Amino acid sequence: MTNLWHRLEPLLPQVSKPARYIGGEHGMQTPVHGTGIVSWLLTYPDTYEIGLPNQGLQILYEILNERPDAAAERAYAPWVDLEAQMRAEGLPLFSVDTHRPAALFDVIAFNLSAELTYTNVLNCIDLAGVPVHSRLRHEADPLVGAGGHCTYNPEPLADFVDFVVLGDGEEAVGDITEVLRDWKTSGRGGGRSGVLRALARVPGVYVPSMYEPVYDRGRLAAVEPRHPDVPAVVEKRTVADLADWPYPKRQLVPLTEVVHDRLNVEVFRGCTRGCRFCQAGMITRPVRERPAEQVRTMVSEGLRRTGYDEVALTSLSTADFSGIEQVVASTVDDSGCGQVSVSLPSLRVDAFTVGIAAQIQRARRTGLTFAPEAGTWRMRQVINKLITEDDLYTAVESAYSQGWRRMKLYFLTGLPTETDEDTLGIADLARNCVALGRGHVRSPSVTVSVGGFVPKPFTPFQWFGQNTTVELRRKIGLLRDGVRRAKGVQLKWHDAAASLAEGLASRGDRRLGPVIEHVWRHGGTFQEWSEHFDLQRWQAATDACGIDIDSWVHRHRTFDEVLPWDHLSAGLHKDFLWQDWRDALDEVGLEDCRWTPCYDCGACTGYGIEHVVASAVPPAGGSQGTGMDTSRGAAVPVRLTERGLVGVAP
Amino acid sequence: MTSSRVRIRFSKHGKVRFTSHRDVARIWERALRRARVGVAYSAGFNPRPKIAFGLALSTGYSSDAEYLDVELDPDREAGVDAENLVAALTASLPAGMTALAAAGLAGGEPSLQHAVTSCTWRIDAAGADAVEASEALERALARSELLVQRERKGRLDTDDIRPAVLAAEVQGDITDGVRLIAELGTKPRAVRPPELLASLDPPLSILRAHRLHQWIATDGLQRREPLAVAELSVAGAGVAP
Repeated sequence: MTNLWHRLEPLLPQVSKPARYIGGEHGMQTPVHGTGIVSWLLTYPDTYEIGLPNQGLQILYEILNERPDAAAERAYAPWVDLEAQMRAEGLPLFSVDTHRPAALFDVIAFNLSAELTYTNVLNCIDLAGVPVHSRLRHEADPLVGAGGHCTYNPEPLADFVDFVVLGDGEEAVGDITEVLRDWKTSGRGGGRSGVLRALARVPGVYVPSMYEPVYDRGRLAAVEPRHPDVPAVVEKRTVADLADWPYPKRQLVPLTEVVHDRLNVEVFRGCTRGCRFCQAGMITRPVRERPAEQVRTMVSEGLRRTGYDEVALTSLSTADFSGIEQVVASTVDDSGCGQVSVSLPSLRVDAFTVGIAAQIQRARRTGLTFAPEAGTWRMRQVINKLITEDDLYTAVESAYSQGWRRMKLYFLTGLPTETDEDTLGIADLARNCVALGRGHVRSPSVTVSVGGFVPKPFTPFQWFGQNTTVELRRKIGLLRDGVRRAKGVQLKWHDAAASLAEGLASRGDRRLGPVIEHVWRHGGTFQEWSEHFDLQRWQAATDACGIDIDSWVHRHRTFDEVLPWDHLSAGLHKDFLWQDWRDALDEVGLEDCRWTPCYDCGACTGYGIEHVVASAVPPAGGSQGTGMDTSRGAAVPVRLTERGLVGVAP
Repeated sequence: MTSSRVRIRFSKHGKVRFTSHRDVARIWERALRRARVGVAYSAGFNPRPKIAFGLALSTGYSSDAEYLDVELDPDREAGVDAENLVAALTASLPAGMTALAAAGLAGGEPSLQHAVTSCTWRIDAAGADAVEASEALERALARSELLVQRERKGRLDTDDIRPAVLAAEVQGDITDGVRLIAELGTKPRAVRPPELLASLDPPLSILRAHRLHQWIATDGLQRREPLAVAELSVAGAGVAP
C-alpha cells in the first residue's frame, strides 16, 4: 500500500484544519519512486502552518527532485486530534505529496530549527512505525537524518538519529544521496552499519553511533570516534556562492493559511554583525550576498509564478544588503501584477532602515519592529549589539514622523552581567519612544517583547550559566512594575519555564536523550505551543533520569571544560569565541569584519572561502553597529569577489 | 469592455474540498493574479481585491456550483483574453478546482449573497437504507414544521426548517448508506444538509455532501442558475472587449 489517502480521507472531516494534510500546493511535486532512486521524506517536526514555509526544507525538496537518482516528499507533524485518530486507526505518518507511508522512504530527514520540537521528532519517528532508538532499527528501516541550526549540538538526539548534517545542505544532500544510491544498488553491502560508516566519511555528516562519549566523574570528558576512518572533528558545510543556488525556484504556495505566507527571497546568508547571543550569526558565516540582479529576477519571476502579492527579502539583517535601496525600488516599481508589498523581516535600528521601510510601505503604515535587544549601552556593548540610544530614537522618531503609530521593540533578559539597571533600561527606552511619538501622532504605542536568554553552542555565550526561572521571572516582574504607569507601553514576555527546557536541550549531552524520551512518552509533544508545554513534565523527566537541572543549565562553564559539541565545528576557533566572551565581560565591542580587517574567527580562513559582498563600505546612516557615525568617510579595505561593485549605497 | 464585473462558476472536488471558505478566497486571489486577470482593488490604506463570493461551502463538501464575482480594473483589463479566461483560470487553480464558466454581469445584477435563494444538494447519509430513508423523508415532508437546534453566536436556537425544504427525495442505496437529492432554501438562513438529516425521525448522519446547483428565484415559480454551465460557449462573449 503506497498511497494512504483513502484511509486518511474519512478521518479528515473530524479534525481541525484538514487542509494541512492534503498537499496539492502550487509547486508540489509527485516524484516517481523506484530501485536506484533514493527517496527522502523531508519532515518538519511541528505543524504544517509552521513547517510549510521553511525555506531550507523547500530548497532541499527542489534540489533533490531535480536529481535523477533522488525523490523527495514532505511531511509535517499531525496535530494532536489527527494523531489520536491515526493511532486509533493504525495509520502511519505519511507524506503530503503522494500520501506515501513514511516507512517506505529511504531517509526521514528532520529540520531542526528549535530545541522544543525534539519530542515531536521522536513522535514522528514513532508514528512512522520506525523504532525511535537508532540502535534498534533494522536494515529495511529508513535512515533518520537531521539538519538545521540545532544540529550544532545534536547530542541530546544522538540516540534517535542515524546521521546529522552540519551547515548548508545544498551540496551535502547530493553527496548523501550518492552514498545511499550506491549502497542500495550494490545489494546493501555491509548492512546498516556499513552505510552509516560510509556516511560518516561524507564531509559535514555526523553519525552519532560512530562516536563514543567518555565521562569522568559525572562530566563529559570526550566524544571519540570508534573507527580510524571516522573524522575526529566533523566540519560544517558551507556553500561558497549563493549565486549558484537560486532556490527555491518554484516556491510552494499553500492552499491554506500558514505563517510567513508570502514569496521569500533570500538575499544573503550569514551575518558578521557579531551579536554575541546570536547563534545564527555565528554558525552561518561568512556573509554571502546574492547578486542584486539575481534577487530582482527571483522576485519578479517568483511573484508571477506564485500569484503572491507580498515578497520578503530575507536574511539575518536585510538592510545590510549592498544596494538594498535599488533592489527595493525596482521591486516596488516593476511588480506589474497589481499591488505588491515588500517586507524586510529583520529591520536594523536606524533612520536609513526606516527610510527603506517608508519606500515599501506606501500604504498601511501600522507597525514597525526593532530589536535593540538590551536596555542600556553598557549591556549592548556586552552583547555586541552596538546600537546607540540615538540610533533607536532617530529610527523611532523617523517612523512616527512618517505615519507609523505602533512600534514593537524586542529585548532579551537574563543576559551575562545584566544588572537591574540594565533590565529597567528597557522600560526607560520604551517610555522615551512613546514620548517621541507624542510629537507626531495622537496615541503612540510601543510594545515591548521580552524573551529569556538561552545560551547556544558556538557562540561566545556558550560558557554562560543561564538565569534561573526564578531570576527571569523576577526581572520580568521588575519590568512590569517599571512600565505599569507608562501610558502607551505594553509588555509581553516569553514563558521563563519554556526557556529552561530550551536551555536544557540547547547545551545538553547524550545523557539528555532519556529525558527527551521520558517527556515524549508522558505526552509532551508540541512543546513550542504554550497550551501543550508543562515544565512539570520536564522536571519529572530530569528527576527520573537523575539529571541535575542546575548543573546542566545554570552553571557557568570554564574554558577547559569539554563541551558536548567539541567534536563538531562551525569553523569558529574556540580561542576566538573565548576571547569574544572575555571581551563581552570587559564590555568591549567587536566590529563587523565585512568592512574591516579580518580578526580570524575561523569561518573563512578554515574553509578557504570569503565574504561575498558587493559593497566596499557599510550602508549609510546611524552608527552601523559601531556606536560611532561611520556614514562619513567609512571606506575601509575589504576583499571583494570578482562580481565587484553592484551598487554602493550613498 | 462590455462589463467591469465577471461572474465565474467553478467546481471543487477531491482533496482540495478540505480547504475552507477563507482558503478558497485566498486561492482565488492568487489564481487570478497568476492568470494575469486585472482585478480592481479597493481604495484606502488596505487595498483589497474586489472579489465577492456566494454562499460558503462547508469544509469537506464538494461542488459543481460555486461562484464568485470579480470586479475588473478598466485600466488594467486590456490583458485579459475573454475567450481563454476559463481555461486560463483552470490552469491557475489547484488540482480539483475547475473554472466551468464565466460571463460579464449587467450593471444592476445583485450580489450572489443576496440573489441566491436555494441550493440543490446530493447528500450521502448513513443510518438507513433507501426504503427506510424514503419513509422517514415522507413523514418529515408531511409535517407542518421541522424543528432543528442551531447554534447562533454561542446560543442555541430552535428553528423551523420545513418551509426551506423545497424538495427532497431518495435516489437509492450506495455502498455505505443512502443517497438523497434535496433542494434547500437559503433564506432567511441557509439550511445545511446535516440539518435536514437531523430533522428526520430516525435521524441520519452525514457521510458526504455535494452541491449540484445554486438557484436564483426570479418570481414565485421561475428560477435560474447564477451561471448555467450550458451557457459556457456564449459566456466568454460577455467579457470580450
